[in-house]
Amino acid sequence: MTALTRTVHIGSSHGLHARPAKLFAQAAKDAGIPVTIAKDSGTPVNAASILGVIALGVEHGDYVTLTAEGDGAEETLDRLAELLTTDHDA
Amino acid sequence: MTELRGVGIGLGVAQGPVARMAEPLPAPGDEPSTRSADEERTRARDAVAAVARELEERGAQAGGAAQEVLEAQAMMAEDPTLEGEIDARIDQGKTAEWAVHDAFASFREALAAMGGYLGERAADLDDVAQRVIARLRGVPAPGVPDPGHPFVLVAKDLAPADTALLDLDQVLALVTTEGGPTSHTAILAREKAIVAVVGAAAAADLADGETVIVDAAAGVVTTDPSADELERAQRRADARRDAASAPITDGALKDGTAIPLLANLGNPEGAAEAVALGAEGVGLFRTEFLFLSASQAPTVAQQRESYEKLLSAFAGKKVVVRVLDAGADKPLPFLNDAHEENPALGLRGLRALRASEDILREQLTALAEADAATRAAGTGADLWVMAPMVSTVEETAYFTAIAREYGIRTAGVMVEVPSSALLADRVLRIADFASIGTNDLTQYTLAADRLLGSVAAFQDPWHPAVLRLVGEVGAAGRTHGKPVGICGEAAADPLLAVVLVGLGATSLSMAPTALADVRATLLEHDLVDAQRIAEAALAADDAASAREAARSAAANLKETQS
Repeated sequence: MTALTRTVHIGSSHGLHARPAKLFAQAAKDAGIPVTIAKDSGTPVNAASILGVIALGVEHGDYVTLTAEGDGAEETLDRLAELLTTDHDA
Repeated sequence: MTELRGVGIGLGVAQGPVARMAEPLPAPGDEPSTRSADEERTRARDAVAAVARELEERGAQAGGAAQEVLEAQAMMAEDPTLEGEIDARIDQGKTAEWAVHDAFASFREALAAMGGYLGERAADLDDVAQRVIARLRGVPAPGVPDPGHPFVLVAKDLAPADTALLDLDQVLALVTTEGGPTSHTAILAREKAIVAVVGAAAAADLADGETVIVDAAAGVVTTDPSADELERAQRRADARRDAASAPITDGALKDGTAIPLLANLGNPEGAAEAVALGAEGVGLFRTEFLFLSASQAPTVAQQRESYEKLLSAFAGKKVVVRVLDAGADKPLPFLNDAHEENPALGLRGLRALRASEDILREQLTALAEADAATRAAGTGADLWVMAPMVSTVEETAYFTAIAREYGIRTAGVMVEVPSSALLADRVLRIADFASIGTNDLTQYTLAADRLLGSVAAFQDPWHPAVLRLVGEVGAAGRTHGKPVGICGEAAADPLLAVVLVGLGATSLSMAPTALADVRATLLEHDLVDAQRIAEAALAADDAASAREAARSAAANLKETQS
C-alpha cells in the first residue's frame, strides 16, 4: 500500500501551538494508523506526538505536508486537513 | 503558641491544617539499572500512564482553560516520541528514573531554545517529568498538594503554573517563606481574596497537618493556637464575611470626601465581576492581553471589538485604558526582540511604542473608534487614555499630542519612574491626569528588579522614599487641579490606601476583590486623619517602620475620637 500525502495551509491564527496542537495530535493518535507531519520540506515527525508537533513551530500561514498509510488513510487526511485549516482561536 | 512574622496581604484571617508544597526532587543519578530492561520499561510505562490518568482526572475536575492545559500535559507524558527516547535509554541499561529524567530534559532543552510560547511549555514538561519520577520513587509529587480536605498552603513561593492548578475552594490561606508583597502569590491572593502571609521565613518549619491561624491584617502566622485564639480568629473571620456583604457605597472618606474606587482589569471579561463588587469604573485597563499571544499586532478591528465591549460594560463611568506596555516582564517580539542586559531599564513602555509608532497609532485609532461607536449607541463611557513608563516631560508632551490627534479627550501618563514623580509639577502642566504605578515606582526608586527573588525585600511600596515621590505627584495634582490616581498593588492594601489618599491621591484602582476592604477602611478616616497617618509613615526610616508608624497613628486617632 502506498502512502498518501496532502499539503495544507495552517488556518489557526496562533499556528500549531497550544490547543490546536493538542487537538491535532489527539486526532492523529485516534486515527490508529501512522501519520506524519512535516513543515515545508523539513523532516517528517509523528503527528500523534504533541511534543513533536509543537516543536515544529508551525505558524499561521505556514504550509505543512501530512502523510498517512493504512486503512482509511484518505479519510484520516481529510479530517486532519480540516482541523489544520480551521481557526480554533477565532 | 508561637508567632511567625511575614507580610500580610489584605485584612483577612483564617485557620486550618497545613499542607506543604513538596520541594522539587533531586535529579536521579546516572547509575546502571539492577533490573532487566523489560522490567524498567514496564515501570516507566506504568508510571507515565498513571501520571497521565491523574492529570486527566484533575483536568476533568478543574474544567475550562485548566482542563486544556492538564490534558495537553497528559498527552506530553504519553507522547510516542518521548516514549521512544525513554526506551532507547533503558535499552542502554539505564534506570527508568534516569531514562525519564534525561529524555524529558532533551525535549525540554529543545523547547526552551525556541523561546516564547514554546519556551514556556518547557516548564509544563518539567512538571510532568517530576510527577513521573516521583511516582517511580513512590514519593509525593512536587507541586500543589491535594490532601482531600481544605488546607493552609505553605510553599516557598508559588509559580503561575502552580496557581493555575490550585483548587482555590480547598485553600483556606496561603503562607510563603519567600516572596514579597508584589510576588505572584501576593497578586493571586489579592485577586482571589485569599488570606495570605508572604515572606514568613520561619514557616519553613511548619509540618503537614498542624493547625495554624493565618492573620493577614497583622502579618502573623500563629502555630499551636489555643482554643481561645482559634475562637477569636473565627469570630473575626465571620465578622469580616458580614462586612463584605455590607451595602456597596461609592468610595469615600469619613468626612464624605469622594475617593472613587476603580478596578484594574486585564481583559473585558472581568467587567461584570468588577461592577458586582462595586467598582465605580476602571482605573487601569491593561491592553497587553490583546498582544501577548500574538506574533504580530492585532488589527484595528480586533482591538476595537474588545474596547467596545469594555466601554459598554462601564457605560457612563470612567475607564482608563493604558496603551500597550511591553518589555521587561512582558516582552513582545514584534515590538522589541533585541537582547537587553537590563530590560527593566530598556526599550519598554512608551519608549517601545515610540520606536514602533504605527502600533501606537493603530491602538489610538481603535480606541477612538470604539469610543465614538459606543457613544453613538448610547453605551459610551468616559474614556481616559494613558501611556506607560513615561520618564520625561518631553515624552508627556509627545503622548498627549498624539492622543489628541485622534480625538482622545483625556490623555495622561503613568508615573512609574522617579524622574516623572520629581518633575510631576511640569508633567501635570501638560497631561490631563497622572496615574501612579506603585510596583514599578518602587522597583525604580529602590533599584531592585521586581522579578528577582534575591532582592524581593526591597520591593515594598511602604518605603518612605516611594511615599515621598507619591507625595510629590499628589502636590502637583493639587497645584494644577488635576486628578492623581493610584493603580499599583499598593492601592489594594487598605491602610496604605489611606496613606496614599493622605499624600494626595484622588482615586484608587485595584483588583476588584480588594475593593470591599479598602472601602471599609477609607470610611474610618477623614482627610485630616489620612494626612496625619501619611506624615507618620513619611517620617519613618524604612518600609517596615513606616507600616508600623501608620498603624499606630491610625489606632491613636481612632482612640482619641471615640
